[in-house]
Parts: sequence; structure tokens; C-alpha cells
Amino acid sequence: VNSPPESLKEDGRPKWDNKFQYLLSCIGFAVGLGNVWRFPYLCQIHGGGAFLIPYLIALIFEGIPLLHLELALGQRLRKGSIGAWSAVSPYLGGVGVASWMVSVLVSLYYNTVLTWVMWYFINSFQEPLPWSVCPLNENRTGFDEECYESTAVNYFWYRKTLNITPDVTENGTLQWWLVLCLAACWAIVYLCTIRGIETTGKAIYVTAIFPYLVLTIFLIHGLTLPGATEGLAYLFTPNMNILKNPRVWLDAATQIFFSLSLAFGGLIAFSSYNQQKNDCEKDAVTVAIVNCLTSLYASIPVFSVLGFKATTGYWDCLDRNIIGIINKFDLPEQSITRQNYTTWIRLLNSSHPEKIAALKLKSCNLQEFLDQSVSGTGLAFIVFTQAVILMPASQAWAILFFIMLFSLGLSSMFGNIEGVFTPLLEFKIISKSTPKELISGIICLTSFSIALCFTLGSGSYWIDIFDRYAGSLPLLVIAFFEVTGVAYVYKIKRFSEDVKWMTGRKPNLYWQITWRFISPLLLLIVFVAFVTLQIQKPASYAAWNPKYEGFPMKEEKVYPPWVLAICVLLAVLPCIFVPLVALFHLIKRMLGSKDPSSMPAEAFSCQGDNS
Amino acid sequence: YAWDANEEYLFKAMVAFAMRRYSSKSTTQISNVLLCNVTDRVSFWFVVTDSAKNVTTVPASEVEAAIRMNRNRINSAFLLNDKTLQFLKISSTISPPVEPSTPVWLIVFGVVLCLTVAGIIFLIVSGIQRRKKKNKESSDTENLEEKCEVTVTIENGIPCETLDLKAGHINGVYAADDERFASL
Repeated sequence: VNSPPESLKEDGRPKWDNKFQYLLSCIGFAVGLGNVWRFPYLCQIHGGGAFLIPYLIALIFEGIPLLHLELALGQRLRKGSIGAWSAVSPYLGGVGVASWMVSVLVSLYYNTVLTWVMWYFINSFQEPLPWSVCPLNENRTGFDEECYESTAVNYFWYRKTLNITPDVTENGTLQWWLVLCLAACWAIVYLCTIRGIETTGKAIYVTAIFPYLVLTIFLIHGLTLPGATEGLAYLFTPNMNILKNPRVWLDAATQIFFSLSLAFGGLIAFSSYNQQKNDCEKDAVTVAIVNCLTSLYASIPVFSVLGFKATTGYWDCLDRNIIGIINKFDLPEQSITRQNYTTWIRLLNSSHPEKIAALKLKSCNLQEFLDQSVSGTGLAFIVFTQAVILMPASQAWAILFFIMLFSLGLSSMFGNIEGVFTPLLEFKIISKSTPKELISGIICLTSFSIALCFTLGSGSYWIDIFDRYAGSLPLLVIAFFEVTGVAYVYKIKRFSEDVKWMTGRKPNLYWQITWRFISPLLLLIVFVAFVTLQIQKPASYAAWNPKYEGFPMKEEKVYPPWVLAICVLLAVLPCIFVPLVALFHLIKRMLGSKDPSSMPAEAFSCQGDNS
Repeated sequence: YAWDANEEYLFKAMVAFAMRRYSSKSTTQISNVLLCNVTDRVSFWFVVTDSAKNVTTVPASEVEAAIRMNRNRINSAFLLNDKTLQFLKISSTISPPVEPSTPVWLIVFGVVLCLTVAGIIFLIVSGIQRRKKKNKESSDTENLEEKCEVTVTIENGIPCETLDLKAGHINGVYAADDERFASL
């Protein structure tokens, strides 16, 4: 605890250029694609403004304490995740290894999502946008059937981008355009992480700040679109009844957790490059608050645009009905407008009900359009792209949107790669003289080759699997062991002393209570609830099958047993390291104590010292 | 614009024009085109009679083919397009979207990739140069250290080499006489 700081400064560890760079890296890591495409969706389906209540409670009792814990740990021990947890206690080394494994798995599939973003980005330079028109069929009399049945936007995503197979077991072939984009993405990641934080520190200035600029531009533009107010009202109207549903609380807890990128080991790696006398408490609170505010800030333009899209869809539906009625009844043009549509319908229904029924009019309901909530890739690549077509100067908006998504994802990738890179640098296998460029090159090249699997026809199904199983459950387990490990193995008293030495003040009652009791308990409850919910229904996925009767609805399919085995493996593999390493050290110690030859040697050396 | 008798006249003229171009007989007159069932919606039926044969109507397939051939002329006469001026039962062939020889996305992709690779090469080369400089510097400091070690061998401020040169005069009083020493 009382080691002199001067000697530590000369240990040759790279350091941040300034405090702002470090904060920006942590913020960039935490703020990712999920802030844009998962939080607004959760807000919408869980009662709008009311969702903020469980969200804030989860932030205060789960998010901020865990964040402070990780930052303080990394800063004090000045090692990556594996080294840090081994230093806390050899039995806890498995926690670090599990973190490292999760970072590896997540890096693999996260960059493939960025590949899709890049593909859309480079296609946005075309006039007209390629997802706005359907291609023609062979004899040029109409449009391609798959495209016509669904929409041009869906067709471009499922056929032109993914070339998706109807089933997860059908692998399809490598899509060469995706392979090219994947290579470009990994090249960009390599360029930015080539020398560790030396290069990411420079890149983060751009990738962390640029999304905020674009979000502001979209905010201003989105608020001027027609229908924006309906979208925003829909998003923020609180529905307090929703709080009775435990699912809402579970979603809030997991969202806060994944949104702050806890338990990846990346935050420990970032803070390990800090000088020790740094106020990690203030940093943790700052990063958490900025992350939450960003989520809220991002949901405003997203929902303005969604409201605009719903309104336009509603108007289109009305217009189609109006044309049908005018044609059937031979009424003059402009006689039925959107405003008096309902009065006309009532009139005609009472006078000529059979004719109206024969027309088979679709009921147009704005609420229904607003209810079509999507999250994840569906939001970005289907819903948003459709909305962008409707805006004037659609190319510019598309380009801006996809660059923003790319920067958001790239800054999160930096954290993931650091979580893999830093522990490797400390591994004894790699000698000190190996250039960092080589290590990062090997990491990027290996990840690229493995990620080629995700460019197959069935790739997006596999990414869903990785996201659901590798990127969720192990993190909860790791975080639980992190908190309990520090609280009960390292002992909170010792940890508080460390934090006091670093920040200059003892952690107050809030930290003590949350670290000791509330956070572990909360994590345990979330973990149990999460597993229970997963087990309850058989694991299924939605497949895009043009030959399905209900097309363009997706077909619900169940995972075959071998795929389920892989899912379980992905979830369990990182977690298994925690008990394995503990067991390994236990056995080593027991064997060590049984061996009599070791004891006298120590005795001799002691005598040598004393004499 | 409002639909009135003049517009109807124009329509008849366009249909007659289409028939003349299609079958290249110049016998079709405006009076051969008959409109009926005109509604406020502005929809109507029309037939084309053949004045050569006795007041029979030209078969629908011929009329369809003629209109299809001259569709864009008819559309532009009314400042409308395929969607706003609909001929029932005549589906239009859609022109394919223009595709440039090299897809645009490949060009953008090429630019992005070239920039990235250039950046990587620049960073690797600068890293190698920095390492070479550091090696040179460390070998320079090694030379300095050797010099330091050399200069350390100074006894009381006098360099050893000079001491050796001076090497002390052998004091003959002590050195030569072995009998002086007591034998053990």
C-alpha cells in the first residue's frame, strides 16, 4: 500500500497523454451501438418514460459501484484483467481469464456487425440508394418476387447484403463482398490499435466525439420532420403499470450492465495505464452518467425518425385506400382527403357496405405503425434506411448515419481489443522485445480468419447466437465473482485503504454498502432470473425463408441439438475458468505442502539470511 | 388542370396518332376514337373504329400494342406518368435502373482500403525507425558507460596508464638484497 510512486512511474508502462484521453476512451468503450439501437427500443416497449425508473435504480445500485470497482482495481494494480485478478488472489485468476475469453469472443462478432455498417456506408454513395428500388425480374415485366412480397429495404438487407440462408444449418457460401468489407474493418481496427493505447488514444478523439455531432444534426433534422412529435410522445409517455412486470426490471438491470461494458476487462486495462494518484471515483461516476445521458440523447432523434416513418406509412396506407375508393365510386379527384377520410368511410359504409367490403381496405391505424418496434440490426438496417429514403438528400443522411454507427462501434472495439491485448502483453510467453505491432497484427489476423465464418450465408444467425449466449450470461457470472472477490476475498477494508490512497478520501457509506451487499445480491437475482427466463422457452430463432407460407413474416424455427450444444458451450466456456483456475491453485498448494523437500530449503535460506 | 372537352379532344388526337404510328396507315381520324362513360373521376372507356371496314372496332390487342409503343408520348402530352395516367390492362415494361460499369461501392471501398493500408504501413515503418533509433541511442549510451568504466580506473585522480608509465622506480635499497630478509 505504501510503495513509493516514483519507482512505479519508471516501470516502462505506457500511459495516457492526458486525463481527457483516458475519460474519452472509457466513455467511447461504454457508449456503443446498444445506446442507439437497444435503449430506445426498451424504452418504447417498457412503458416509455416509466422505464427510466428501473433504469436509474439499476444504475445507482449496480452500474456505478461495479464501474468504480473495475477502474479502481486496474488503476491500483496496473495490470490487465488476468494479471490484476491473479494479484488480488491466485484463486481469482480465473475471473481474469474468463474476462479475457469473453473479450475475444465478443471482438470476433462485433467487428462483423461493423462490417455490415461499412457495407451500407459504401453503398450510400450511390444515386438512387440501392435499397430504395427493387431489382427487376428476368423478363422485365415486374419486380423480383422476393423483393415485391417484402419491401425493397428488406430485400437489400436479407438478400443483397447477407444473402441469408433459410436455416441456421445451411451454411451457404462465403459472400465475397462481406469478406472484403470484413478485411477493411479489421485493417481499420489494426491501424487504430497497432501500438496499444498510443494509437487508440489518438483515434478516440475522432471516434468518440464524432457520433455526438451527428446525433445533434439528426436531432435538429428529426425534430423538423412531420410526425416527429407523435414518435416522441409515443416514446416518452409513461405507463406506470408496466413497473409491476418483473421482466421490465430484469431488462433494465441487464441493459445497464451491458451498456457500461462491465466485466470485459477492457476498463481494467484502460485504467491500468493511469497514474496511481488519480480520482477513480469521480471518473466512474462521470463515465456512467455520460453513458446514460447519451442513451437518452440518442433516443430522441431515433424516435423522431421512427415517428416520421410511421406517419408516412400511415399516410401511404390512407392514400392507397383513398385511391381505391375513388376508383370504385368514380368520385372526383381530391374529394376524399386524409382529413375527411373517416367521415367518408362512415358515409359509404352505411350507404354501400358491400362495395366497401369488396374493396378489402386495409385498416390504417397510426398506433399500429408506431407499434412496429424493432431493435438491433433491424432498427439500423431496415427501419432507419427506409426512413432515410423518405427524406430529401437521402444520400447525405445515410452516409452520416452509417459513419456515426461505425464510429460508435469502433470506439467500443478499442476497449474489446485492449481487453485482449493488455493481458497478452503481460503473459510470460511473449518476451519483452516482441514489437507491439506484431502482437496486435497477430490478434487482428487471427480474429479476421475466425470471423470469416460470420460472412457465410448463415452468418447472421451465428452472430445472434454469439450475442445471446457469449455476450450475456458469462458477463453476469464474471461480475458477480468480481464484486464478491473484492468484497470478501481481498476484503473491503483493504480495498477502501487502496482507494483512499489513490483518491485521497475514504469511500463513503454508499460504496461500502453497495460493494458489500447490494451489488452482489442484485447480480445474483439478475443472474437467476436471466437463466430461468432462458430455460423456460425452447431456444428458437426467426429465419428469413422466401418459401415460407407466411412470407414476409419470419419463420420461427427451433435450434437443432448440435447448435444448442454450441450455445451452451459459448455460455459456459468462459465461466468454467473461474472454478478451474481456483482448483488448479488449490491442488498446487496442496501438492506443495505435501512435498517435504521444499521445507528444508526454506529453512536453510532463512538461516543463511540470519547469519 | 381541369378535364374538359379540349382535353378529351387532345386524348382522341393522341390515340389516333398512336394508331397511325403503329399501323402506319394514315386513315385513322380523330372521329374514329370514341369515348364513353366519362365520369368525374376522369375515367372512361374508349374504342377505335375502323372507317375502312364498316364501323367495326379495331381489336383491343392492336390498340394495346399501339398505346404501349407510344406510351411516353401520350404521358408527356398530358404531363402525367405511368402511375397517374393508367390504362387498365396495359402493363408497362419498366426500364431497368442505370448501372455504372464499376459499381460505385467498389470505388469507395478501394479508397477506404488504400487509406487504411497506407496508414498501417506508415505506422509500422515509423515504429521500426523509432526502434532503430532507440537501439542506436542505447548503443551510444553503452559506449558512454564504457568510457565511464574506463575513467573509473583512476587512482586518486591519477590515470592508471600514467601510473604504469611512471611505474615507480625500483628502490634498490629494498629489492636487491634478499639476505636482508629473515628466512623462515
